[in-house]
Amino acid sequence: MNFPLRIWRQSDRQSKGKLVEYRATNISADTSFLEMLDIVNDELTERGEAPIAFDSDCREGICGTCALTINGQAHGPKHPAAACQLYMRSFRDGETITIEPFRAKPFPLVRDLVIDRSALDRIVQAGGFIAARAGSAPEANSMPVPKHNADRAMEAAACIGCGACAAACPNASAMLFTAAKVSHLAFLPQGAPERTLRALKMVRQMDAEGFGNCTNTYECEAVCPAEISASFIAKLNREYARAILQRSAGE
Amino acid sequence: MIVALTGAILMLFVIGHLLGNLQIFLGPRWVNDYAQHLRDLGLLLWLVRTTLLIAVFLHIYFTVGLALENRRARPQRYQKRDYIKASYASRHMVVSGLVVLAFIVFHLLHFTARKFNPRFPLLKNDPLNHYDVYSMMVYGFQNVYVSGFYIIGLFLLTLHLTHGASSFFQSLGLNDKKLAPQLAFGARIFAWLLFIGYSAIPVAVLLGFIQPAQKL
Ligand code: HEM
Ligand code: SF4
Ligand code: FES
Repeated sequence: MNFPLRIWRQSDRQSKGKLVEYRATNISADTSFLEMLDIVNDELTERGEAPIAFDSDCREGICGTCALTINGQAHGPKHPAAACQLYMRSFRDGETITIEPFRAKPFPLVRDLVIDRSALDRIVQAGGFIAARAGSAPEANSMPVPKHNADRAMEAAACIGCGACAAACPNASAMLFTAAKVSHLAFLPQGAPERTLRALKMVRQMDAEGFGNCTNTYECEAVCPAEISASFIAKLNREYARAILQRSAGE
Repeated sequence: MIVALTGAILMLFVIGHLLGNLQIFLGPRWVNDYAQHLRDLGLLLWLVRTTLLIAVFLHIYFTVGLALENRRARPQRYQKRDYIKASYASRHMVVSGLVVLAFIVFHLLHFTARKFNPRFPLLKNDPLNHYDVYSMMVYGFQNVYVSGFYIIGLFLLTLHLTHGASSFFQSLGLNDKKLAPQLAFGARIFAWLLFIGYSAIPVAVLLGFIQPAQKL
């Protein structure tokens, strides 16, 4: 298969980027999207040109490192899947493919398609953890968790922190990510002591990073590779409202 | 949260207002009586009007503020953009909201302050000595441009509410995975019912189904 490509090139944060045209030739249908980029990069290197910078690590959809907006959709046309789980058979032979980085102000560009997503880490650092007592592991059955809550917590915990939700959101809002992280712990007894402060702090950090505001368009849920449901955003809104009430009641 | 609450207040008003207005199909007695009752409420009427005014003000103040933040959150736009789930309505809330605002201003000047129509001041009170709201509405809507603008305004309100009427449940956290698609569907039906209900009045007037109660 052959593909005309339009790829965002930008040497650093300050310089102005633009879409540059390339060609991917003789690509087998079973090549993964990232392998296709590797092939293009090999050819560029052979010609003495600078290869296209892009991020990846596990290449099996679990680390959340790959971050490409392909033909205007975060992670490309196949959902739910991360960009690394996309294969060239998902495209028509000869189809023009436009590749851009995830775009949001809190994701500053590093080079070409590589962005800095430490804003998401800072949201987690603000409260997405349990201040645990160190020591030997406790007896597993000492803390009962209702099945339903365990299931919901697992669902939320599936978030791989890729940032596609914010990249796809028309408002560049990271609500789905934050909702997944807040809900994950809110469903478990271990998360209970810090529940109120966690919701307040993580939302405050999310706003401080400069993400936009959720207007419930649900574009995030459509691109999320981990199938995090937007109903977790309703959960976050409940958690936040509850926290505000508790705080104003002086608890 | 404030957007959702004020939006919900405005929605309650829109429903009530429609029920009131639909009485035009029951004849002049009904509407004129109803309007007189509203005016007789006196202080209460002003209370409702003030609440609505504050709600509109807060709603706009916060939505415009949030929308500006949202623009700033993506300084470098995508060169190519494809939406999967975000509806047209949900992406154009500010535009539809502002047209609705323009519509509300025009509407208040038109029927509350009774501007724009040389015949409004000529209207005599009805046999019960109530202001003839019925004939005012009919004369008002007989102008094609006025009716046209009403229908456009209502269409944008409908667009606004196809998203807003389910969105506010989510904002208030009153939603879950099963309920979400049902609410989204219900909101669309609700918005379109409002559209049909409201537009029925100018359309019926233009088609001549409703005639003024007094000739001028
Ligand atoms: C009769 C008038 C109006 C009604 C009934 C109404 C109703 C609503 C409702 C129910 C929502 C959803 C709230 C939420 O999910 O949090 C909403 C959102 C919104 N409204 Fe209005 N609105 C009206 C007028 C306006 C006006 C004049 C503007 C002008 C800027 C506006 C701008 C917005 C925006 C930008 C949103 C987006 C927030 C969101 O999607 O959550 N609205 N409106
Ligand atoms: S919620 Fe989904 S899209 Fe957002 S960061 Fe987590 S895995 Fe990625
Ligand atoms: S590279 Fe790990 S999820 Fe794509």
